[in-house]
Amino acid sequence: MTETMPAGPGLTLTLAPIPFHWEAARKRDFYARIAEEAPVDTVCIGETICSKRAPFFEPFYEEAAERLRRGGKQVVFSSLGEVMLKRERDMTADLAALAGDGIEIEINDASALLAVKGRPHRIGALMNVYNEATLGYLAGRGATHFALLPELPRERVALLAAHARGLGVGIEVQAFGRASLALSARCYHARAHHRVKDNCQFVCEEDADGMELRTLEGVPFLAVNGIQTLSYGYVCLLGELAEIARAGVSGLRLVPHSLDMVAVAAIFREALDGRIEATEGEARLKALGLAAPLVNGFWHGKAGSQRITPAGARVA
Amino acid sequence: MIRHDLVCPAGTPAALRDAVDAGADAVYCGLQNATNARNFPGLNFTFEELRSAIAYAHAKGAKVLLATNTFPPAGRFDLWKEAVDAGVAFGADALIVADIGVCDYAARTHPGQRLHLSVQAAASSPEAIRFYCSEFGIRRVVLPRILTVPEIRAIAREIPCEIETFIFGNHGLMVEGRCSLTNYATGLSTNMDGVCSPASQVTYSREAAGRMSSRLGEYVIDSFAAGDKPGYPTICKGRYTTACRDQPYYAFEEPVSLNLGGLLADLMRAGVHAFKIEGRQRSRAYVQAVVSAFRQSVDALLAGREPRLADLVALTEGQKQTEGAFRTKRWR
Repeated sequence: MTETMPAGPGLTLTLAPIPFHWEAARKRDFYARIAEEAPVDTVCIGETICSKRAPFFEPFYEEAAERLRRGGKQVVFSSLGEVMLKRERDMTADLAALAGDGIEIEINDASALLAVKGRPHRIGALMNVYNEATLGYLAGRGATHFALLPELPRERVALLAAHARGLGVGIEVQAFGRASLALSARCYHARAHHRVKDNCQFVCEEDADGMELRTLEGVPFLAVNGIQTLSYGYVCLLGELAEIARAGVSGLRLVPHSLDMVAVAAIFREALDGRIEATEGEARLKALGLAAPLVNGFWHGKAGSQRITPAGARVA
Repeated sequence: MIRHDLVCPAGTPAALRDAVDAGADAVYCGLQNATNARNFPGLNFTFEELRSAIAYAHAKGAKVLLATNTFPPAGRFDLWKEAVDAGVAFGADALIVADIGVCDYAARTHPGQRLHLSVQAAASSPEAIRFYCSEFGIRRVVLPRILTVPEIRAIAREIPCEIETFIFGNHGLMVEGRCSLTNYATGLSTNMDGVCSPASQVTYSREAAGRMSSRLGEYVIDSFAAGDKPGYPTICKGRYTTACRDQPYYAFEEPVSLNLGGLLADLMRAGVHAFKIEGRQRSRAYVQAVVSAFRQSVDALLAGREPRLADLVALTEGQKQTEGAFRTKRWR
């Protein structure tokens, strides 16, 4: 048996913010376990999708952050992805005020950019950073780290990563979980239940991984998460780790789902360190009870819903 | 007193002349490539066409706004630089921009050039708008179609630039500039390639009992009874099934068009400077009819008269219209 080459021992792992509306108690337990057991370097916390959900977990941020820090994790506070209302503007301003002084924040909407000028901050995965010029501009005013949009294909990621390296800033790509595809002002969870956003009664809590939409032919297609629309397929770039490392990407981002995320993180860490092959990693992922097939089309410049083999062929 | 501009679409040089002749204060258009958000075959302007279109509009006292409002992917930024430079060289009255890198390039390379922030930038709060104004000297923001009239009024009081709002046309449900649904189904990106539901990926197929299905890529977006006119498959106007619904339903929105004819006066009072009509991909007949109708309405309101609203429903998608997010928070 040949020894597996470490795909990317230097790459870091980041746990993205929980996009879904989980009960506060569930989130507390989740972060407690992540703090103690998950081999991730950074954990982003904060409500990024819906400001109505935010108050539920607010009393527990300090505790969760403290636990995560004790577990050796870098903690990053993520901002809302869509800012319109007074409370959303206030939340964003409060978060922006924390930037620097040892507190890391991650920005997901332009509403926070003016306030953080000149102070270190991260750019989150809901921000449009498509090219070197945008990356350079934001880095020039204090951005230290960029989580890229899932739709960026590998050629573009490689160019961005090379540019980022020259500027001394980090680049992260999403390697696991449903991809965020769209934001709206309308809540599609409320709509599905014949309600509107203002009287939603937090019905999104019923779907821990999003609410699946199928086509009229019964083909699973998308997943609804309040105002956010996600892919049905789970992005998985286990087979592309060597390529990602060669491109100069500095870290991988894992989006939390209801399956065992400690185990998911362990799979990615072992694969990066060369302790397991991608095929074994994928088999272990599937054994965790994935709710949907794995996809990687975006990375290969194809439809995001597709799954492409390392040789470039499409898996039916 | 604000002089309200009627900003009209021009997908072709002929449509631009029609819009100007029908009373547009300004027309917006794009070049024949990915630098604008309506990058469809047979649409848009060559450099030479843009040059003469601007001359035509200026001779008639109308302005031309050049849409360079997509997001250049890494390695392809030069195409957007070229578009920006051409717009400035030909005398475009404003460039419509969204990408931060493009904003920065335009502001640094062409100081003094008027810049409008595209709806694609999704700037939905005073703080976001002020960022673009302060960093790039943006003079007008095109607001995302997600705000109510009272919210627009509140924003107007807190920003140092003009406001443009959409008043008529196709009504996307997702926040513009923040949607990659098309890419998930087709491999073509709305933000990078300037296409939403590209025609090259659209098919219609005959099903049982004479029904017709519309598809984008491999995904069925809707199905139509024999004799019904099949609509164009856009993901956010499609029908789907989900566990909590017995029947297929429009999970995002029905195929409807925005028509704010009835809210024009409110929008004027809210401090909106310019009204935008969507539809660079639409026919010359559409442009003529819609522009003339709104010209009369705007002029009536400016003269203090009650406008007579023309019936435009026949020109709308699915022959249904909505006031979208603008009338009430219950849209959300």
